[in-house]
Amino acid sequence: MAITTMTKPASLPLDLAKRYGIWILAAAVMIVLPKIFTSGAALTTMCLMGIMIVFSLSYNMLLGQTGMLSFGHAVYYGLGGFLAVHAMNTIAADRLPIPLPLLPLAGGAMGLLFGIIFGAVSTRRAGTVFAMISLGLGELIASLSLILRGFFGGEEGITANRTKMLTLFGVRFGPQIEVYYLIAAWCFVCIIAMFAFTRTPLGRMCNAVRENPERAEFVGYSTQMVRFIAFCIAGFFAGIAGGLAAINFELMNAVNISGAQSGVVLLMAYIGGVGHFFGPIMGAVLVTLLQVMLSDITGAWMLYFGLIFIMMVMFAPGGMAGLIMLHLPLWQRGTLLRVLPHYAVMAVPCAMGLAGLVLLIEAAHHQLVKAASDGPAMKLAGFAFASNAAPPWIVAAALLGAGLWLGRRWAPRLTAAFAEAAR
Amino acid sequence: MTALALDDLHKSFGATPIIRGVSLEVAKGERHAIIGPNGAGKSTLFHLISGRFPLSSGRISLNGEDITGLKPYEINRRGLSRSFQVTNIFPRLAVFENLRCAVLWQMGYRYSFWHNIRKATDANDRAEAVLQQIGLAERAMMPAGLLTYAEQRALEIGITIAGGAEVVMLDEPTAGMSRSETAHFVALIRKVTEGRTLIMVEHDMGVVFDLADRISVLVYGQIIACDTPVKIRSNKAVQEAYLGQALETEH
Repeated sequence: MAITTMTKPASLPLDLAKRYGIWILAAAVMIVLPKIFTSGAALTTMCLMGIMIVFSLSYNMLLGQTGMLSFGHAVYYGLGGFLAVHAMNTIAADRLPIPLPLLPLAGGAMGLLFGIIFGAVSTRRAGTVFAMISLGLGELIASLSLILRGFFGGEEGITANRTKMLTLFGVRFGPQIEVYYLIAAWCFVCIIAMFAFTRTPLGRMCNAVRENPERAEFVGYSTQMVRFIAFCIAGFFAGIAGGLAAINFELMNAVNISGAQSGVVLLMAYIGGVGHFFGPIMGAVLVTLLQVMLSDITGAWMLYFGLIFIMMVMFAPGGMAGLIMLHLPLWQRGTLLRVLPHYAVMAVPCAMGLAGLVLLIEAAHHQLVKAASDGPAMKLAGFAFASNAAPPWIVAAALLGAGLWLGRRWAPRLTAAFAEAAR
Repeated sequence: MTALALDDLHKSFGATPIIRGVSLEVAKGERHAIIGPNGAGKSTLFHLISGRFPLSSGRISLNGEDITGLKPYEINRRGLSRSFQVTNIFPRLAVFENLRCAVLWQMGYRYSFWHNIRKATDANDRAEAVLQQIGLAERAMMPAGLLTYAEQRALEIGITIAGGAEVVMLDEPTAGMSRSETAHFVALIRKVTEGRTLIMVEHDMGVVFDLADRISVLVYGQIIACDTPVKIRSNKAVQEAYLGQALETEH
C-alpha cells in the first residue's frame, strides 16, 4: 500500500516541482555560477569540476552501485580523451561537418568500445579478482601510452585546437566561458542519464548483485552479465568525461590515463560517499577544489589529501553524503538545532588539533624540503619563525595533544546529544 | 505429468561420495518432502538440482527438459526457484525492492536499462501482491537486513515464489522458529505454493506430515524409501534408520 500512495501524484504543478525541482535548481546553479565566480582561475576550476563529476559518477556505477572496486577506470577516461583529441585534429584537417559539442560522444564511444573489450575479460569474476584484473589492465594501458607514440604522443601527449572546428551558430568555443557552458550542459545531461540508470530494472539488479550475487543468480540473473553491462555503461560515461577533458585542455597526455588518475577518481567517489547517488558529485567538487587550492598554498598538499582520505575511511566511511544523510532524520524531526551547540563546542578541540597538525606538517615540510636552499626562516598564517628551532615544534605538539585530549574527553557528550536528538 | 525427474544422481567432494545414486520423480502439483538425518546430503541434493553445485554424474530434467549442467539463473528462468537454509536476501535493499528484484526477470525486464522501474506496473503490482501475501506490507520500505528472523524467513520464501516459478524448493523453511511461528509458517507455505510443485527439506516432522503428499527418506546419500506419509511412518527400514529417533525427539 505504501508504494502505491507514494507514487500517486498529489497535484500536477506541485508534483512537477517536487520531481524536477532539484534538477531545475541544479541547472540554475550551473548557469549562474560563472556570473558569481568570474575570475579565470575560478572558471578553469569549475570546468574541471564538471568533467570530474561525470567521471566520478561513472566510477560509482561500478563501486557504489554494483560493488565492483576498479583500480583502472582512468583507462576509459583517457582513451576517450585521446580519441577525442585525434578526432578534433582529423575533423579540423578534413573540414568535416561535425561540430565540437558532439565530440564527447566520440570519447564515449571509445570508452564503450574498450569497456566491452576489457569488460568481457574482467567482469567474469567479482571481488578481489576483478580489482586485480582492473589494476593490471590499467597498468598495461598506462605503460602502452608511453610506447605507442603515434596514438598517445609519448611524454608530451597529443594537442589539438578546438577553435579550428566548424562553428555552430557562430560559437567558436575559443573563450573558456563558452567551454564552461558546453561542459556544464554535458555534465547536466550525464547526471540525469546516470541517475535515470539507477531507476531502471538493470540499475536495481546492479544493487542486488552488489548486495548478494548468489541470490541474484537464483532469481534469474547472470551476475556476470549484470556486471558486464554496468562496466560498459560506466566506460561510456568515463569516455564522455575524457572527451570533455580533451576539449577543455586541448591536450591529452600519459598522466590522464595513468594509475594516479584512476586513484583520484576512486578518492573522489569515496570521499563524496559511494552509498548515495549525489556523493561522488560532492566528492568531485571538493577534491577538485582541494587539488587546485591546496596546491597553491602548500607544497605538501598531497599529504593533506591523503590524510583527508584516511580520516574519511576511518571515521566516516559513508563519505560526505553519508554524513549528510546521518543528519537528515534530525533535520526532519526538527532536533538538529539541539545538536549544533555540541558541534560548536567540538569545533574548538578540532581547530586546535588541525592547527597543530598543519604547523607540524608545514614545519617538517619546510625543514626537509626547503630549508637546505632557502634557510630555516618560514612564515605560516602570518607568524614568522625558524623551522629548525624548538618553539614551533613544541607549540605544534601542544596544540595537537590538547586538541586530541579535549576531543576524546568531549566526544561522549556529543555522541549522547546526537543519540538523544535522533531518538 | 512429471515436474522434476532425477536420474541416478551422484556427487562426490574429492574422494568422499555425498550423493550416491538418487533417482526421484515428482509429479506436477505434488508436495514432496525430503527428510533424513543430519549429513544425509539433503542440502547437497538441493544444491545439485538448483545448479549451485555441478553433478558428478546423473541427469536432471524439469518438465521433461534436460537441465543438467545449466547455471542457476538458467534453471531459474525455466521455472525452478529455491530458498536457502541460511537466510539469503538482499540485506541493504528495502523489503519491497527485494521482492521486485525477484520478479523482474520473469516479467520480461531482463537487463533493461530503458524502462523506468516505477512505471513497470506489472512488476510493481506483483511485488506488492507477494508483499501482502507474506504479511510484510508494513515493512515495505525497511532495509531487509533489519527485519526480525521470522520476517526474514518469510521474505526468503517471498523472494522464492515471487517470480512465479512452477517448481518451488524450500530448504528447511521453518528452521530456528518457535512453535507458534512454525504453525503460522506452514499456513503461509500452503498459501503461497497453491497450485505449484513443492519440494522441501524439513526437520520438523509435524510440518512434514502436515504438508507433504509424499515423503522421500534420504540416508547416506541414497533414498531408502519414498511413499505417502502414512506408509513412511510404518516403514520398518525408515524407522530403524531415522524416523524412530526423529519422532522420539519430537515428542
